[in-house]
Amino acid sequence: MPTVAVDKEDLYQLLGKSYTTEEFDELCFEFGIELDEDTTNDCAKGERPQLKIEIPANRYDMLCIEGIAQALNEYLGRASAPAYSLQPPVPQVTMTIKESTSTIRPYAAAAILRGIKFTQRSYDSFIALQDKLHTNLCRNRTLVAMGTHDLDTLEGPFTYEALPPSEITFIPLNQTKAMDGNQLMDFYEKDKNLGKYLHIIKDSPVFPVILDKNRNVASMPPIINSDRSKITLETTNVFLDITGTDKTKVAIVVNQLVAMFSRYCSTPFSIEPVNVVSEHNKETRVFPDIKPRVMQAELSYINSCLGLNLDVDTIIQLLKKMGLQPKKNESNEDLLDVYIPITRPDVLHQCDIMEDASIAYGYNNLVKTQAQSQALVAQPLPVNKIADIVRLATSQSGWSETLPLTLCSHDENFKFLRRNDDSKAVKLANPKTIEYQVVRTTLLPGLLKTVKENRKHSLPIRVFECGDIVLKDETLERRAKNQRNWAAVFVGKTAGFEFVQGLLGKIMQTLRTDWLEKPSAGKRGYWIEQDDTNDTFFPGRGAKIFFRAIDGAEAKEIGSIGVLHPEVLGFFEIPFAASSVEINIEKFL
Amino acid sequence: MSDLQHRILQVLDAQDVIQDTKVQFPELDSQTVQAALNSLLARSMIKYTNIETDYWLLTDEAKDIVQNGSHEFRLLQEVTTNLEGLKIADVGTVLGKNGKLGQAKAFKNGWIFKDGDRILTKFKDRPLPNDETAQNLKDIKENQGAGVDKKELQDLKKRKLITMSKIVSYKVEKAAEFSLEIVQLNADITSDMIQSGSWKTAKFKPYNFNSEGVFPQSGALHPLNKVREEFRQIFFSMGFTEMPSNQYVESGFWNFDTLFVPQQHPARDLQDTFYLKDPATAKRPEDKEYWENIQRVHQDGAFGSIGYRYPWKEDESLKMVLRTHTTAISAAMLKKLAEDPKPTRLFSIDRVFRNEAVDATHLAEFHQVEGVLADYNLTLGDLIGFMQSFFDKMGVHDLRFKPAYNPYTEPSLEIFAYHKGLGKWVEIGNSGMFRPEMLEPMGLPKNLRVLGWGLSLERPTMIKYKLSNIRDLLGHKVSLDFIESNPAARLDEDLV
Repeated sequence: MPTVAVDKEDLYQLLGKSYTTEEFDELCFEFGIELDEDTTNDCAKGERPQLKIEIPANRYDMLCIEGIAQALNEYLGRASAPAYSLQPPVPQVTMTIKESTSTIRPYAAAAILRGIKFTQRSYDSFIALQDKLHTNLCRNRTLVAMGTHDLDTLEGPFTYEALPPSEITFIPLNQTKAMDGNQLMDFYEKDKNLGKYLHIIKDSPVFPVILDKNRNVASMPPIINSDRSKITLETTNVFLDITGTDKTKVAIVVNQLVAMFSRYCSTPFSIEPVNVVSEHNKETRVFPDIKPRVMQAELSYINSCLGLNLDVDTIIQLLKKMGLQPKKNESNEDLLDVYIPITRPDVLHQCDIMEDASIAYGYNNLVKTQAQSQALVAQPLPVNKIADIVRLATSQSGWSETLPLTLCSHDENFKFLRRNDDSKAVKLANPKTIEYQVVRTTLLPGLLKTVKENRKHSLPIRVFECGDIVLKDETLERRAKNQRNWAAVFVGKTAGFEFVQGLLGKIMQTLRTDWLEKPSAGKRGYWIEQDDTNDTFFPGRGAKIFFRAIDGAEAKEIGSIGVLHPEVLGFFEIPFAASSVEINIEKFL
Repeated sequence: MSDLQHRILQVLDAQDVIQDTKVQFPELDSQTVQAALNSLLARSMIKYTNIETDYWLLTDEAKDIVQNGSHEFRLLQEVTTNLEGLKIADVGTVLGKNGKLGQAKAFKNGWIFKDGDRILTKFKDRPLPNDETAQNLKDIKENQGAGVDKKELQDLKKRKLITMSKIVSYKVEKAAEFSLEIVQLNADITSDMIQSGSWKTAKFKPYNFNSEGVFPQSGALHPLNKVREEFRQIFFSMGFTEMPSNQYVESGFWNFDTLFVPQQHPARDLQDTFYLKDPATAKRPEDKEYWENIQRVHQDGAFGSIGYRYPWKEDESLKMVLRTHTTAISAAMLKKLAEDPKPTRLFSIDRVFRNEAVDATHLAEFHQVEGVLADYNLTLGDLIGFMQSFFDKMGVHDLRFKPAYNPYTEPSLEIFAYHKGLGKWVEIGNSGMFRPEMLEPMGLPKNLRVLGWGLSLERPTMIKYKLSNIRDLLGHKVSLDFIESNPAARLDEDLV
């Protein structure tokens, strides 16, 4: 969620009231924003107190003080939604998109704000809004980037083209020396603010650039504007350029910028349109498109979702508080034609309109009711039921349950257990540390790491876990599946194989599975067989565990048991002897 | 019963009080006396107080001196016996390692003199002087050096021949049950007494109830799993069936796309989500129509939604991830529900994965508690009412709901509870109605609405057990002592 810092005094003035922090906090809570911090008590002398407000990630219209005040004033019934207009109605300025941009950054838009009067604080807010949009909606300028220019330093018509870096030469913003595209890349490589955006175009043979009639560079999006066209407090006519790879978001950004700052124009809320010509991809159109979108909402749907029975006028009033402009549909009593202002691209479906009605009504004013379907039969997941049986039996036997992580390093899952990578493990592509390289295919690493961390505990240490491992499975849509295993480790002065063996017997007894002295007789039951191929165990001290579910059926190998190899204990830094047992309990489902 | 106990009782009978046991019983060490006294004390036959006295002990070297004379005296004897005296160089050989010590002391005492490389005695023709060191030590051994002056004691201490110790002795008096007879007291009732009936006449030692007893040898369930079980029981009691959440690996399709999370959403960043390199891509889901519906609702808009209007990419959708929430499972379950739509209640409590930097409150894995309630024409009032009943069962009664944003729920409500300890409202979970863009592509009827809510398992548990570091609760660094001594989890017991 973005956090927006606004001038406290200015905001309260715009809201027509000096709120106490508690009052303002309450207002934010009900509206769905969050007062994060009031800096009044932390201000240095002469510093103006700020309110830091968290804004939901989809409300791009509230990323500056102008938008926050507008939305809250409408919510409080102190203002209605502004009526935006195009002046002159027909564009006088054009910007032509050249086909060369299609490989690097194909979409562009523009708009003009005339007769603006900035103050220092509104100027700062204008710059800050662009930053907020760049980091949030524009995904760090990858999807969209914007530039703002003093129109009086440029001359239309404009072109948006992509040129080889060596052919783009200009003095970048706040610099004194002209550079070409390549020099710019070197110059800004180490720059704290701009360096992180260079990758967006760096490897392209052509860089995007916006030029005026006289081939003066206005900007090289998404990196930097030219110094020539920079806006200052004295700028009165602002040219906005917006470029991007996401057509929808380009249009959203144009609308947010003009919606927020056209209020400072000589004719408030008027915008001068720009004809953006893009013949090669048939995207020619006039920006901005300020026509409100009409979306229909059913009154019955809104009432049904809210669990209320509000009349049409009440719902209209509620929606107006949220900046929407609803009108009764002329032919259908149950329908509202809701005019969605350009500031609210987050409204995608009538459920968004329904939500606005519910926020305006107040979540905490809704009547608490109970869903009708109350008498449903509940049941546990079968594998969890088996796991619980085994967990209880193990803890009753005097063993303690542990809960290690399922992610571990490749070494912990293989090398430390003296195992080779059998390529059954799921491997992570982008872990931040080597602690998380694979999803475990055995519970042993977690148990042994737990023992390592608890070396000071009195001996013997008896620990177990019943948890999921993950194995690759090419036959499945997700190409991997979980398997519920149970494992226990005994650690002491002696290896104590008989204790893990006895515990296995106890668990098998709990699962109604007898030990078979003569497995060949074909009865239901379990037995263990020496296995010298498992290098996790000391030679001659490891075994496979077999289980036959039904008399006469084929037996299945369900796990292993043995004395842990001293090298394994060495890898896990355990200075004692130990034995372990691990089985797949899904065989008992 | 020991003779000593009888002796003590007899002495007390004769003189009423023993002023000091070390005077009365000089041959006995302190521990022996104390054992006998405690036994009598337990029977309330006597009472006693401790007397602490300083006590000189002889070191091994000093004991040797008492027996064989001091080093200086032994040197003097050697030099005197031998007419030629003793070569200085031979002192060590003849008298051992303490020869040099004795030499220095003998010079100081004026007993010997040097002649070239030899030592000669001054007592050639007269009797040898007293060996004061040996005599003093003997006196100390026999009567604590009563006749030795303080300066000499300090000197002997400095020479590490004696050390100061404390001796404890006792002043003993009669107590209420004093008698010359010692009655046998039994520590415990035995099966023999029961069978023989001797318990009827036997006397028993008084019990010490001010103690904890012997703790049983026991195993333990993990504290976090105990809290998990509390949540499960709440869900079961409200008619919720457990979802098959045992599927950590998901495709971007199920983890994000089906939930109407756009492909450019920050949650899908490498910074936040674990992607897999093996297996790297999933297969397409079996239901081709559903797959196309999802593409349409994102890219072009459908089901009454204008959609996000961006080019939806199959590659992105089929990327494999470790699920970032259990809602991926809820989506699969709701998709299944569309085959036979009906009121349904589902829950899961299972692991989710986030590619976060690990700190006191964040781990790359944690548990999500998630509930899903589907019914025809559900209302927001039902959601709020349900949340109230759900949290009531956890002993959390004071709830408030804040509008919030979540890509797959609309409306979205953050649930806040009043925390008495902190004196403020704290966020305890998220809830909402799943968006039609999520439900209708599955084929669910338009009026079958679905409520979803979630919270982390760790957060309420950390509050409950007053833990500030999540690593003390989950993972291999958790202390086994914490697990073994942890009480039962009862969510109804003042959680918030």
